[in-house]
Amino acid sequence: MSLYEPWSAERTRSIVAAHKDREGPLMEILHAAMHAFGHVPEDAVPVIAQELNLSRAEVHGVVTFYHDFRRELPGKHVLKLCRAEACQSMGCDALVEQAEKRLGVECGNTSADGRVTLEPIYCLGLCATAPSAMIDGKIVGRLTASKLDTILKDAGA
Amino acid sequence: MTMTRIFVPRDAAAVACGADDVAAAIAASAKKNNVAVEIIRNGSRGMLWLEPLIEIEDAGVRYGFGPFEVSDADALISALAKSTAKNIKHKLAVGAVEQIPFFKSQTRLTFARCGITDPVSLADYKAHGGYKGLEKALKLKPAEICKQVKDSGLRGRGGAGFPTGIKWQTVHDTPMGQQKYIVCNADEGDSGTFADRMIMEGDPFVLIEGMTIAGLAVGATRGYIYLRSEYPHAQIALNQAIEAAKSAGYLGDKICGTKNAFHLEVRMGAGAYVCGEETSLLESLEGKRGLVRAKPPLPAHKGLFDQPTVINNVLSLAAVPFILSEGAKAYFDYGMGRSRGTMPIQLAGNLKQGGLYETAFGITLGELVDTIGGGTVTGKPVKAVQVGGPLGAYFPRQLFDTPFDYEAFTAKDGLIGHGGVVVFDETANMAKMARFAFEFCAVESCGKCTPCRIGAVRGRETVEKVMAGENVEANLLVVEDLCNTMKFGSLCALGGFTPYPVMSALTHFPKDFGRPAKKFAEAAE
Repeated sequence: MSLYEPWSAERTRSIVAAHKDREGPLMEILHAAMHAFGHVPEDAVPVIAQELNLSRAEVHGVVTFYHDFRRELPGKHVLKLCRAEACQSMGCDALVEQAEKRLGVECGNTSADGRVTLEPIYCLGLCATAPSAMIDGKIVGRLTASKLDTILKDAGA
Repeated sequence: MTMTRIFVPRDAAAVACGADDVAAAIAASAKKNNVAVEIIRNGSRGMLWLEPLIEIEDAGVRYGFGPFEVSDADALISALAKSTAKNIKHKLAVGAVEQIPFFKSQTRLTFARCGITDPVSLADYKAHGGYKGLEKALKLKPAEICKQVKDSGLRGRGGAGFPTGIKWQTVHDTPMGQQKYIVCNADEGDSGTFADRMIMEGDPFVLIEGMTIAGLAVGATRGYIYLRSEYPHAQIALNQAIEAAKSAGYLGDKICGTKNAFHLEVRMGAGAYVCGEETSLLESLEGKRGLVRAKPPLPAHKGLFDQPTVINNVLSLAAVPFILSEGAKAYFDYGMGRSRGTMPIQLAGNLKQGGLYETAFGITLGELVDTIGGGTVTGKPVKAVQVGGPLGAYFPRQLFDTPFDYEAFTAKDGLIGHGGVVVFDETANMAKMARFAFEFCAVESCGKCTPCRIGAVRGRETVEKVMAGENVEANLLVVEDLCNTMKFGSLCALGGFTPYPVMSALTHFPKDFGRPAKKFAEAAE
């Protein structure tokens, strides 16, 4: 069972319609598309462009500029590990290595079995309870090797 | 039977350490033990090493217990059934929360209510002095509001330190009757900073009130809070507070029954650090790529959708209600030199007592790290402190006498930025940190200007060569040259300030770069 709806042009148009009359609606539309489809598929770009009377290049530019907008579906679970300075001062690099080893991929990729996408994140604003992580949108502070182990185990890795 | 009030923070730092589960465990335990409690999800007091810090009220005084875990709930609640909070002996008891030195020694103007009230209760906000600033502002002419803010000496808390009142005056002076905007920069991307997040989660009304006052001052009827997507808890709190303010007539077509309108909306970013730069943020709000704009024109003249726009950081806007309600002088009387008022300083990284510490400008870096922060949590000596986020300089212990003040930090080739202080112990490798600064800039560059786009990539490569011991001196000269080009040739602070962490690491910690000791003495001059 997928967490997301299958992509359709019709559903994309209804998302655009819901936001079209707001000032500067494109970011809101892309967030809504991410929420519905888990990513912004290539096929959605011309649909959004047409509805907003923008060029495909303009929409493509926005989709690819921001780290949050995915162009492909992520793994079943998304684990983001903070790699910014405060988390580095508390040893996040070792945790990233641990996760990479366990998942068999470098940070920024999805494990071969499609279970976990491992991504860097630059600051969750939890810098006094570092190192920090986010698993499927849930924030975790004071991350340790054993806590990370549990998170990965729960994610089926 | 009277209800005992128990406070469990809803602040993201507390939640990340289990506060939601703790709240549920306390509720369940209270039911089981037949103790009547009311659980209030407050903001954080800012003593983040104690989070989740729960507080139990007893005769008007709040007693703290933390860092609290789910497994502590039963023992505490059964003790509460037999005694009162004041008399509970518990291994996590920290006594009366407001008497803890970290808290007691602060000057909380902006964070006055944070951690005390229910953040999304308008009644609570008003009971603690909220909306007094707006009431006063409604009786003043727009120019008089601008003057108050100018006289307070408030400078932009986002990092640049530009006088807030002058920004407002500039927008005020553009012709009235056209659409103007108030934009709040809540894209708090700097590592080591979380004050914006804390105030938005812990006292969102103060930001809403500040923005409403800004709207009155310049004649703007629409406002946007551009919030980073990494802050979902702040988004929830802000939206709840905005709804409450709307229903009570504090936002909308007729603020407090007057003819003044102000509409406010939260918009989410999408993980681009550069969007914390004001013109990049405006592009993003318009639904475009976050490319930095060349200035002029200033946002005050041509900002959001090319209309006159006030764009201020969260903390600048959140300081405004105090200034209006207590007067410009009350704010100006705190601080030193040209840095007036208070700064919510964020102590983070490898520190025993990390958290939010609001105090008047002038406190030294050493006091913050050694006394307030209590030194490193690992117990190892402090090697370096990065002040002002990823674009801030690394300071060694020799510079710990530097007072927290815009000009004093500039004089030492550093910056206070948004007030983040990240502490590293002796295990840190400063060449690695310099490499990271370039790498971060390369990842986050918007790509518009060449010094930043190319310089960051070349910088990372060159530091890697240095780390591998390859032609160290020659390559360090290249690094210095790149830094010079980036500092003076970049369009915005991302490329322009990346040299700060790099050059400070190189200047103060040459050994980490394999530079001989002789060079150290020269470089440290």
